[in-house]
Amino acid sequence: MQAVLRRTLISSSPLLRHPVTSLSRSWRPSGFRNIVTKKFTAEHECVAFDDASGLGVITITDHAQSSLGDVVFVELPKVGTNVAQHEQIGAVESVKAASDIYAPVSGTIEAINEELSGQPSLLNKSPEEKGWLCKIKLSNPSEASVH
Amino acid sequence: MIFRSAVFVRQALKAPARRYATETGQVNYLSSFKLPKLMNNQLRKTRLYNFHVENGAKMVPFAGYSMPLSYGDVGQVASHNHVRSSAGLFDVGHMVQSKRLSRSHSHAIPRMVNSELIVCVKSIQFDFGGIIDDTVVTKHAEDAFYVVTNAGRRERDLAWFEEKLEEWNSSENAKKGLVEMEVLEDWGLLALQGPEAASYLQGLTSLDLRKLTFGTSAFVPIEGFNLHVARGGYTGEDGFEISIPPSQTVEVAKLLSKSPVQLTGLGARDSLRLEAGMCLYGNDLDEDTSPVEAGLSWVIGKARKESGGFIGAEDVREHLINGPPRRRVGFLIEGAPARQGAKIFSGDEQIGMITSGIPSPTLNQNIAMGYVKSGLHKKGTELEVEVRSKRRKAVVTAMPFVKSNYWRG
Repeated sequence: MQAVLRRTLISSSPLLRHPVTSLSRSWRPSGFRNIVTKKFTAEHECVAFDDASGLGVITITDHAQSSLGDVVFVELPKVGTNVAQHEQIGAVESVKAASDIYAPVSGTIEAINEELSGQPSLLNKSPEEKGWLCKIKLSNPSEASVH
Repeated sequence: MIFRSAVFVRQALKAPARRYATETGQVNYLSSFKLPKLMNNQLRKTRLYNFHVENGAKMVPFAGYSMPLSYGDVGQVASHNHVRSSAGLFDVGHMVQSKRLSRSHSHAIPRMVNSELIVCVKSIQFDFGGIIDDTVVTKHAEDAFYVVTNAGRRERDLAWFEEKLEEWNSSENAKKGLVEMEVLEDWGLLALQGPEAASYLQGLTSLDLRKLTFGTSAFVPIEGFNLHVARGGYTGEDGFEISIPPSQTVEVAKLLSKSPVQLTGLGARDSLRLEAGMCLYGNDLDEDTSPVEAGLSWVIGKARKESGGFIGAEDVREHLINGPPRRRVGFLIEGAPARQGAKIFSGDEQIGMITSGIPSPTLNQNIAMGYVKSGLHKKGTELEVEVRSKRRKAVVTAMPFVKSNYWRG
């Protein structure tokens, strides 16, 4: 989610320009032997990759939603679209600004969160769970690797 | 005594762009006007800086000042809606307040205001009249005027005013009375806006505010203070702009921010003004834009439209008579909101650019304003804007987008 934040009223470019690449890995051996790896990007997106299904769930971070303010519009790619890593796939918009979403990994869009078109505020309330953006079938799972 | 205010667009000539190459070989264009810079890029603070911080404001740089974007947990949409349904208080103390005073009781100032100072300047070597700033001028007496200009244009405006005053005072006109400018440095300016603004303020004053109609101002006794109050604002709602001497600013802000009034930041200010169809200098107006293109020729009096007699008249009248090449219009846009810089298309041809755009909190529709080629500016014209490489339908729509709610008595 690159902060393109086009200048609507603020002269200096605000909010999301804190490029922090934080990596975390959560192991979840909950009876199954699948491993979910969470990778955060500098653009404040996150991909949670499940190696059993090969799917990565794309979300924005809590920091990103709080910087954006009330999310009023989300634009998502069409299911079936092939996307390359770092390609722009949509946008999250508040009243004051638009922030582009970039694909953190390459692959095919398997699902999008249809709830967001009616309830974009889910992104504020639950950015990393109910406010998920889309699921990508990874064409190159190593891109989700935290190493 | 009730004074009448007027809005002016000060028209200037585009300064000839001076081309220079930077050390990296990049070619930049500089206005021939040099702007004094603040030392160390320090941000200015209004007298209310600490008051904002104490009230949980998120402070951001704006027009050289550190100003509140929002307060506490109140989101932009909630804050915006509160002003539309109740009342909000904005610190606009970053704006430049000044006075024009003449030493003699002459007609010097009105004449300057009418003919040179306000609708300003064109000189012959320039090609085209553009807008220096939008300005509100209030006439207090034949020889006293109160002027409010934009913070972001501070250096440009003040230098320009000084230049024009010097011209006036060193000309034949000086015989009619010298004119002085006094900038009200550090004075407070608060905007109380919303349908409940009048009843709130009425509770603090004995003056009958029903007599103070939109576009007028008066000195109003408010709980022991005697303050210049102008009826109007930048939201489309009924409201007041209250000028306050520096030492009284914090106390008056506390007095004006009790329930139901909510402190309101720059975020909501921008969405409210855009719904009201009002321009933001730097976005929607600049020195390359004429008042006629901007749809602001109403600021020029009828007599002067016909007779000229103001600097810049030649170009403005050319646009008035033959029509401007482009016009500012409003849009409703389907799908994604179009922001400043989005291109406007008619078929394959780019015919304009969006200058401001938001998803409107009041209408739940995407609204925008921008400039289009003349002829494509009529209400209902269907055009397209490009957002993230995709075309979206844009229909030319009358402004204001949200009906204004002024007190006209």
